[in-house]
Amino acid sequence: MSATEVSRARPAAAPGAGPARERRTRTFEQANRRLKWTMLTPALLFVGLMIVFPLAYTIDLSLTDAFGAVNAEKKHVGLRNFADALGDTRRFWPAARRTVVFTLGAVLLETALGLALAMLMRKPFRGMRWVRTVLIIPLLTTPVAIGILWLLILDPTNGIANHLLAGIGLPRQEFLGSVGQSLPTLMLIDVWQWTPMMTLLLLAGLTTLPEEPEEAARVDGANGWQRFRHVVLPMLGPALATALVLRAVDALKTFDILYATKGPGGGSDFEVETLNVYAYGLTFDYQEYGSAAAVLVLFTLFIVGVVVLLRRRGGRKTA
Amino acid sequence: MSATVTPAPLTARPAAPVPARVRRRAVRSWLRGAAITVVTVVFALPLVWMAAAAFKTNVQVTDPTVGLWFRPTLENFRSVLEAGQILRSMGNSLLVGAVSTVLAALIAVPAAWAVGRFTMHRTGSLILVARIVPAVSLLVPWYYLFAQMGLVGSYTVLILSQMFVSVPLIMWIMISFFAGLPVELEEAARTDGLSAFGAFRRIALPLAAPGTATASLLAFVFSWNNFMFALIFADDRTQTVPVTLFNYISYASTDWGGLMAATTLITLPVVLAAVLGQKYLVAGLTSGATKG
Repeated sequence: MSATEVSRARPAAAPGAGPARERRTRTFEQANRRLKWTMLTPALLFVGLMIVFPLAYTIDLSLTDAFGAVNAEKKHVGLRNFADALGDTRRFWPAARRTVVFTLGAVLLETALGLALAMLMRKPFRGMRWVRTVLIIPLLTTPVAIGILWLLILDPTNGIANHLLAGIGLPRQEFLGSVGQSLPTLMLIDVWQWTPMMTLLLLAGLTTLPEEPEEAARVDGANGWQRFRHVVLPMLGPALATALVLRAVDALKTFDILYATKGPGGGSDFEVETLNVYAYGLTFDYQEYGSAAAVLVLFTLFIVGVVVLLRRRGGRKTA
Repeated sequence: MSATVTPAPLTARPAAPVPARVRRRAVRSWLRGAAITVVTVVFALPLVWMAAAAFKTNVQVTDPTVGLWFRPTLENFRSVLEAGQILRSMGNSLLVGAVSTVLAALIAVPAAWAVGRFTMHRTGSLILVARIVPAVSLLVPWYYLFAQMGLVGSYTVLILSQMFVSVPLIMWIMISFFAGLPVELEEAARTDGLSAFGAFRRIALPLAAPGTATASLLAFVFSWNNFMFALIFADDRTQTVPVTLFNYISYASTDWGGLMAATTLITLPVVLAAVLGQKYLVAGLTSGATKG
């Protein structure tokens, strides 16, 4: 179709070099530039209306005492909401600590496991297609469904998990039923759901690596571990950093599974209340829009900080 | 599981002595196959358990000694489907997902072309902002706005809020896709007399069709799964599948069989998509990450 017409047209145009052709190229570029902005505008408008404006509004809201009905009177109170949040050692700081613990624990485990799996699956093998299909299913599955499924598996009395633990002589665990075990358990569920994502991302990164450096290292007598540590890992740095940033950003914002397994508010003792869950509760359960907005501004700044930090780290490693 | 690796073939004649190096490689290959099999089973088993539970009676579901060998019953599916809500929710999810994905693709694909074709990295990184910002911080103003317009509970709001996820996602995937297409084809089409837009529509767009399909499929799946927007903006009439599932936990926590039938029903389309489009979905998920 049109592609063949194109290849036919090309040689005909080439001889027309010189000033006429240059002029035409310039008009192409002008037309392209105009088109470029025409094509971009709807997306930019959408992003502006749906993201930039709401963000600005949230910042404004964080400086007010908005509470209760959406159209209730509100007045600006300066930075009081921020002071309140930062001085709150009962809900805010524990939630912040849980957010960090959950993200660090889950993402580091996922990265290590994902990397190991990617190395394991690096060379093609029979059944690769099926393994990749199995790996992609957890990350496409509705998180609420995953939460419910694990509630059944991890049920303290009737769950299969405790049955299996008993089978190998280990004591019964409360899992999501206990204040102390809820957060670690949810980290493990997150690891089950997202390790495949890390594996797939790193596998894609591995396939783009050149083979020569490794071959050279092998010739020089480096063993498998040395080749991995000093040749593959440094080359994989950028892919690893990107995967880490993507996963960390999403892990920081985890919501569905926490809500599905522990209900609103992150459990009766707030044991799985992260900043995201806390901000959600403040907004939609308590309708403290002003305080919630302040928490959200702090939370967003925190995430941006993490991204900037990770990107700079990753960038330096690749340089 | 067919995940096992074929061992490196030993020597053709069994009489000849097998060199130690070859044997070692064969053993290592077997070990690798075993490891991959174990890992695959670990990731698959919870979902297999879910599907199995959907076919168990309520007594069997909560009896951990009933494994994967039992007489299956369709009772759970019958009761869930008779209750009706799950089908209506699946219809709602389908509607919201399809409309928001189409609208998002209409906005995002041309924009991705512009960003990818003219390597506008700064504009491109704007869409990264959309990935970083916690959705709750947008929900507050949206809620304010939409509540005052009396739109909460409407499909319009569900579709609009869903596009907040879809537009950046589709752009993210399509930018690297367009950047990978040879620009010469479009230039040649221009020389051939096509307008700039014509070159995009007749050349770039058809070539980008597989990428667009992948990105749209992923956007649809993310919409199907989205819980928070639906939790806030949907009412009883417009609720989507994750909200319906959550309602089952709070009201009928004892009906594990029904719950598992419902989760299996709504997971089925996802599994189907994964099986049919595995190659493309993996490419889509990884395209932004490895090149970004």
